[in-house]
Amino acid sequence: MAEPKPQNAISKLLNAAWVRPFLFLVFIVVAWDLAIRLFRIPAYQIPSPGDVLAVLRTEWPELLRQSWPTAYATVCGFLLSALFGIPVAMLIAGSKTVESYVYPLLVFSQSVPKIAIAPLFVVWFGFGIIPKVISAFLLGFFPVVVSAVQGFKSVDPDMVDLARAMQGSRLQVFRAVNLPHALPAIFSGLKVSVTLAVVGAVVGEFVGSNSGIGYVMQRSIGTFDLPTMFAALVILALLGVVLFWIVDRIEKLVIPWHVSQREDVIFAS
Amino acid sequence: MKPATIVSDTVQPAAHLRLVSDRAAGDASGIKLSGVSKTYRTRDGDVPSLRPLDFHINDGEFFVVVGPSGCGKSTLLKLISGLLPPTTGEVLVEGDKVTTPHGNVGIVFQNALLLPWRNILNNVMLPIDMKRLPRQEYLARAKSLLKLVGLEGFEKKLPWQLSGGMQQRASICRALVHDPRIMLMDEPFGALDALTRERMNVELMRIQRETEKTVLLITHSIPEAVFLADRVLVMTERPGAIAAIYDVPLPRPRSLDVMADPVFTELVQRIRKHFFSQGSLD
Repeated sequence: MAEPKPQNAISKLLNAAWVRPFLFLVFIVVAWDLAIRLFRIPAYQIPSPGDVLAVLRTEWPELLRQSWPTAYATVCGFLLSALFGIPVAMLIAGSKTVESYVYPLLVFSQSVPKIAIAPLFVVWFGFGIIPKVISAFLLGFFPVVVSAVQGFKSVDPDMVDLARAMQGSRLQVFRAVNLPHALPAIFSGLKVSVTLAVVGAVVGEFVGSNSGIGYVMQRSIGTFDLPTMFAALVILALLGVVLFWIVDRIEKLVIPWHVSQREDVIFAS
Repeated sequence: MKPATIVSDTVQPAAHLRLVSDRAAGDASGIKLSGVSKTYRTRDGDVPSLRPLDFHINDGEFFVVVGPSGCGKSTLLKLISGLLPPTTGEVLVEGDKVTTPHGNVGIVFQNALLLPWRNILNNVMLPIDMKRLPRQEYLARAKSLLKLVGLEGFEKKLPWQLSGGMQQRASICRALVHDPRIMLMDEPFGALDALTRERMNVELMRIQRETEKTVLLITHSIPEAVFLADRVLVMTERPGAIAAIYDVPLPRPRSLDVMADPVFTELVQRIRKHFFSQGSLD
């Protein structure tokens, strides 16, 4: 970049990380609008972007109010899956016996569709927040475990030997070597988990709840109010993006040393 | 395989080509292996890794082991550091029987194995953390070791910011920081390019002279072995046993010029013959 060129400002703007997905989003919305006009899709099948935007504007306070229970259930479920998932992964990675007993069952349990058993939680725990949290937890749990097991297992055995030969206790070696080594994998699991937790919370709201975005969707589908339903989808997507972004930020703080975080290298030229 | 036959091949071997069975100093210092063997138990049955070994490494000696891959060299290292218990026999380090990690060793592996989240100084300090020694006291030692290997000013850098040779030098510092009596090195320069490797050999010899550590180094390279060693142990194929032990009567300090010395070349030839006769070139 020896001499400044006239298109510099524009190319700089295009290179900003958040602009590109935004531009793509604009493109999709325009294509959506065009498709509806060109193919004359009736509004009771797919609403136009304009209608959805109008609902988002007029119903904003109500949507915001309804998104809190969903966000709350998502975050609780997500935290629970991290809280249980990481120790379970430690046990599975640390002991062949535990692995042989637990891991196959865990995979088996993943094949059970959560939406099919979600009504059970309503039967057991009522219409409150608990069924939603459990549903979010169940969806978020598995990716955390799988990634963390992978992370804990990929430690170089020589590195562990080295620390052990220096008379490090099991806990010391774990804290100095195994855990930091597994963090990048754990975080990639957490990122998948947090987006799935949103899905889990909404599933919980579908089957039995009187609050939350899932409830709004359920109600608007019942009345063929498609613009509201789409507006709820937009809110859900935003919720997922924000939560993902938060986990991503935390990752950058916790593992600044990891290859994926070395921005200065990527841009050094 | 059979040392006796090899000796009888030559009518009158020169001093450096004579086999030395053992030159134990007699006292308890150094490393002593008596009847040490290792058999791994696996699902497919027992896999013998080392046949019973008897040898003695003197205190302050530079002892090099060469052998084909898979001859149990790395097992040897784990036995001496206490990471693995021997199946039979006993390992004595400074007179004490080794059964669990005793911490009186520094280990250098083929890969530098620096922790990517610790800076160079903190990587060097890892043994201090593991052994729960007072950090403040050893910080100065860590810094002076880094200076000794020419890494002054790199203390705050992260491992990936250093070249392979520099990383390996840092891992040598890590092996020395807690001032162990013994340095165990498992093909320490195997991952480096040939030029860096030669430089590191010269450097390692200097470090050993200055710190007066007992060094057990494992290598695939016969010239490297002869260049560095006071004595060279040649191992057979798996399950590993001692094929021969040679004295290297080259004067110290040695420079790379020593590689042109007839004693050096003859010794390299002689050791190489062991692998030819075993039918494996490694």
